[in-house]
Amino acid sequence: MKEEDVIIRTVIRLIVPFIQIFGLYVIFHGGSGPGGGFQGGVILAASMILYVMAFGVTGGRRKLTEKTNMIMRSTGVLIFSGIGLLAILFGGKYLDYGAVPLPFIHHAAEVRALLIDGGVEVGIGITVMAVMVTIFLEFYPGGTSDD
Amino acid sequence: MIWSLDIAMLFFLVVAALAAISVKDLLSAVIILSLYSLIMAIVWVELRAVDVAFTEASVGAGITTVLFIFALVRTTGRSED
Repeated sequence: MKEEDVIIRTVIRLIVPFIQIFGLYVIFHGGSGPGGGFQGGVILAASMILYVMAFGVTGGRRKLTEKTNMIMRSTGVLIFSGIGLLAILFGGKYLDYGAVPLPFIHHAAEVRALLIDGGVEVGIGITVMAVMVTIFLEFYPGGTSDD
Repeated sequence: MIWSLDIAMLFFLVVAALAAISVKDLLSAVIILSLYSLIMAIVWVELRAVDVAFTEASVGAGITTVLFIFALVRTTGRSED
């Protein structure tokens, strides 16, 4: 599919960074307010989908290559399960955040909040974003390599 | 809780659902379905389920609509615009 006209391209180029900032806000405030890794990841994926709709698959692939997308898909799961296994390693249960000893932070509640907002939610967000972009490119004409 | 807003939103929800299944054009059905999701998100906020409303607005009205539209593009072809 060819590129859209100049108004659509300019507006989308302007609006995409703001959507991504909002997506990151939703991810990092998932523990203390509405939102979370899934919703933030979907919003990040929506920004990427907008970009692909304006600049075509080739333009989108310049920003997020297939290899990067594949790495991100598995990195999120690795972050999630890695933090869970870290808790087992330090003598807690799976995803028992309070058991992980972090440097300079001694309250279990603070460790829990930091690991949820900065670790697990980020992992979920990365995976959801990459998977949503992959599903979208499967549907998009010319998005996959096999047709 | 605003009772009049609730009644109005639930009425429009039923109207949108009926319109989505009775309209002939598939693209119109998809757009009406995204309108349904948007109204449903407002209803979730009224029910104090902001997290669910967030998911409904981003997934139901955002990603699902895009996926439906491109599935339509792939099944009916670009020539029948």
